Amino acid sequence: MMYKEAFSDPARERRIFASRLIFSMFVMLLMGLVIISRYFDLQINRFQDFATDSDNNRIHVRPAPPTRGIIYDRNWEIIADNRPTSNLAIIRERAGNLDQLIKKIGSLITLSNSDIKRFYTRLKRQKPFESTPLKFNLTEKEQAILAVNQHVLGGTKISARLTRFYPKRKIFTHVVGYVGRINERESNIINPVNYSGTDSIGKTGIENFYEGSLLGEVGSEQVETNARGRVMRILDQVNPVPGSDLQLHLDSQLQKVAYEAFSGKRGSLVAIEIETGGVLAMVSAPSYDPNLFVSSISQKNYDFLLNSPDKPMFNRSIKGQYPPGSTIKPLFGLIGLQSHSITTEFKIEDPGYFLMEGIERPWRDHNSERGGHGKGVDLAKAIIESCDVFFYTMGVKIGIDTLAANSRSFGLGQKTNIDLPGERSGIMPSKIWKKQARGASWFDGDTINVSIGQGFMLTTPLQLAVMTARIASRGDLIQPQIVKSIDGVDNPIIKIAENPNISEKHWDYIHDSMRGVVHSARGTARRINENLTYTMAAKTGTAQVISIKATDEYDRSKISERQWDHALFVAFAPAEDPKIAIALIVENGEHGSSAAAPIARSVMDAYIKSTTMKNEPQGLATTNASYLKFSRGYGTYAAQ
Amino acid sequence: MQHNDFVRRIQSPGGDRKKSGSMHIDFPLLILLLALCVFGLMVLYSAGGQDLSYITRQSIFMVAGFFIMFTVAQFEVRYWEKWAFVFYGLGLLLLIAVLFFGVGAKGAQRWLDIGFTRLQPAEFMKVGVPLMLAAYLSKRFIPPTLKHISWAMVLTLLPAMLIMRQPDLGTALLVFVSGFLTLFLAGLGVRYLVIIFLTSIAAVPIMWNFVLHDYQKQRILTLLSPEQDKLGSGWNIVQSKTAIGSGGLNGKGWTEGTQSQLSFLPESHTDFIISVLAEEFGLIGILTLLTLYALLIARCSFIALNAQSQFGRLLAGSLGLIFFIYVFVNMGMVSGILPVVGAPLPMISYGGTAILTLFIGFGLLMAISTEPNRMRKTL
Repeated sequence: MMYKEAFSDPARERRIFASRLIFSMFVMLLMGLVIISRYFDLQINRFQDFATDSDNNRIHVRPAPPTRGIIYDRNWEIIADNRPTSNLAIIRERAGNLDQLIKKIGSLITLSNSDIKRFYTRLKRQKPFESTPLKFNLTEKEQAILAVNQHVLGGTKISARLTRFYPKRKIFTHVVGYVGRINERESNIINPVNYSGTDSIGKTGIENFYEGSLLGEVGSEQVETNARGRVMRILDQVNPVPGSDLQLHLDSQLQKVAYEAFSGKRGSLVAIEIETGGVLAMVSAPSYDPNLFVSSISQKNYDFLLNSPDKPMFNRSIKGQYPPGSTIKPLFGLIGLQSHSITTEFKIEDPGYFLMEGIERPWRDHNSERGGHGKGVDLAKAIIESCDVFFYTMGVKIGIDTLAANSRSFGLGQKTNIDLPGERSGIMPSKIWKKQARGASWFDGDTINVSIGQGFMLTTPLQLAVMTARIASRGDLIQPQIVKSIDGVDNPIIKIAENPNISEKHWDYIHDSMRGVVHSARGTARRINENLTYTMAAKTGTAQVISIKATDEYDRSKISERQWDHALFVAFAPAEDPKIAIALIVENGEHGSSAAAPIARSVMDAYIKSTTMKNEPQGLATTNASYLKFSRGYGTYAAQ
Repeated sequence: MQHNDFVRRIQSPGGDRKKSGSMHIDFPLLILLLALCVFGLMVLYSAGGQDLSYITRQSIFMVAGFFIMFTVAQFEVRYWEKWAFVFYGLGLLLLIAVLFFGVGAKGAQRWLDIGFTRLQPAEFMKVGVPLMLAAYLSKRFIPPTLKHISWAMVLTLLPAMLIMRQPDLGTALLVFVSGFLTLFLAGLGVRYLVIIFLTSIAAVPIMWNFVLHDYQKQRILTLLSPEQDKLGSGWNIVQSKTAIGSGGLNGKGWTEGTQSQLSFLPESHTDFIISVLAEEFGLIGILTLLTLYALLIARCSFIALNAQSQFGRLLAGSLGLIFFIYVFVNMGMVSGILPVVGAPLPMISYGGTAILTLFIGFGLLMAISTEPNRMRKTL
């Protein structure tokens, strides 16, 4: 040590060291300033930017979707409600290898190929960091399996949510409709704020028409999340407003009776409560289960529904346009009387056909093979026995424009403005109509066809029901409605116009004639009066699907079933004090009296039974009393 | 004149020595270290998610560190000079042991499991290399000749290469820099400085192609454009800058930092702990910490300038400088002006071996500061 120090120069060593250290300190100072200026820049100059970034990191606004309003029938039976279901969803950004993850899930629970296919379709439309559903309606067992394996399934999420459910399944499908996942076209129309957190929307029926009431108002939650997206606390909350509950005029029991009466048939029935215009039943057959559509329907099921020749997805009640056939006769008779074109004394002789001056071709009566209805056919007889020749004669006397103008106020040729989407207006032809629609002039032959509800004339089952209700109520022009009350507040009865000026004696005459259709010995619907405990006024109808040459016979064996005549029926009851009006059609059912009338009878029976039981719960004794009362009414007619 | 100065200067450490009795304690250093420890534990408490287990373990290491520091300070500097090669040799053996028996995570083998805790031998070399080089160079001519420079480089590169093998690029570079700084303080000639500088530049492409792992290259690329891959390798730096920037002047308050408390910030209790401090205490917190560091480094420099031996001078000077380099590298990488190389913030980051190493270093500084005035005897 000492030896070495003897050779060193401590002063020089100190000097070198000191200069190096001082130089280093100067460099350190500069480097320190670099650091300070960097932190100053980040924390002072760019503070706002980073403060915003930091808040964006942690604060997320989550929509709080409202619960959809519940739909009840008139007796508060549930038709549509919301049930909790568990769905498995994937957040792509957190999932890593998507294919591997799905494979892993597939090894734990059953995943169909269509589940996976539809997942990838949805994925294309998904916003970043939002979950995409993979499988809906997990069973409890599946939920348990997934929960246990959560640690190897990063990026998956099991979410409980409320899903629409239709406990009545096929019975109310067309009128109530269904909700389904919002598609691309809809997402362009809707207000995205209202629908954030909601992925379904009313597609058809009441669900669609009352979407605004049923949806409710979206709430929001401002939440703080950590880096893994887990919610740490709720910073602010705006509660959602649940959708309004709807009470419908529809009566589940009546609807069920009507639906079941159509089993195996195609057609439609509409029943209206006369006083309010409320629709008691509205059936379109065949039907399908609306629950299929709620969590997106499989392609196979959808193709089946879409391509079936029975057109189950078509709501015949408001979209099906059929010739009304003879069911139009009471209305036209009324117009004939009121327009003084005929009187109740007016009679014709019916040889089974009708000849128009200057036209060679005769118009046949439907019972022409039996030689017609004979002599002394007045309006009542023409309605009761459904004599076409009388109406041909009368139709020409009235003229098409008078028929058309007066028919409109009974709801024909225009939309009834019922609270359902997609209603069709039918056709009540007139001279102007033909000019505009067909570019041709009107001929008397056209009037003759229209006068028995054929030719250019088309009506929907709903229009026929509305017409029947307005005849039954002696001209109360009330708009039909499905919804009775919204959140307990009654929908007002809508009167669209003043009653048409028609004298009471004409109303009596028409009502009596219609009662005769059921209750008189020659009435076309006499077969349904057996054991009838109340009075019914009605009219049968048959509508040609294909036109048959006047000289040819209608031979059912020569034409295919789909071209058989449609069977129609309109009715109201009780005849003295009408409460309910019904119109129905059985497609290719051939005869209103045999195919359609019994369905009306069963629905009427159910309605009368339920109202009498409700009004007079004592039961049998009063039922007898009302029977007697109705029998007296029938007696009055029989005496005529 | 010069002589008088000389005498006055050597008297002053002697005066200090009287005040601290025979305990060989440098009080200014002690007070600064205590302040840093308290500050560090506060930040760690928040950064570790208010989990007491982190600060408990860290406190144990700090207490142990103080004991080791006092113990180290009790040995006379000349003994450390004499036995430096033993310390250095043991360090090398541990580094070799790590290569064979090491444990670790994320593809790196950095720790030795010694039962009750894990040691990171590379950390020891941060003191081991300056100690060895100071001992080696102080016995040679100043400024060092080419031969001595070459040997000094060998002594530096040997542990640096071993650390690189783990791989731990950050520590390897810091160890290399510590050796270089010792050489620089020993009066390394300007032309050698230029040569070392040019060699380092030339080494960059070689390192890039043959030595660096993909993840290390990625970190450097990330530095150049962190926004390109916000969710991938850029995540750390983007989140860290967000944490620092959103702290503003006054910070969000202790344990109130949203970036750190909600786990957006990675490695918040180790390498990125300064982001937590910046977020919760703002620029004021940063400046407070930097002031403590500056005072500490100033004290180290003061001790170095007043050291009694060339060994003491070199060691104290290089320990002070390398301490600054730790701070600079860490604060630079966390704020996005240096690549993320994995360098802890001295006295604040969680990590036992780093704390122990720092205290060994400060023990040596205290020993130097209280070195008996042997020069006076020669006078």
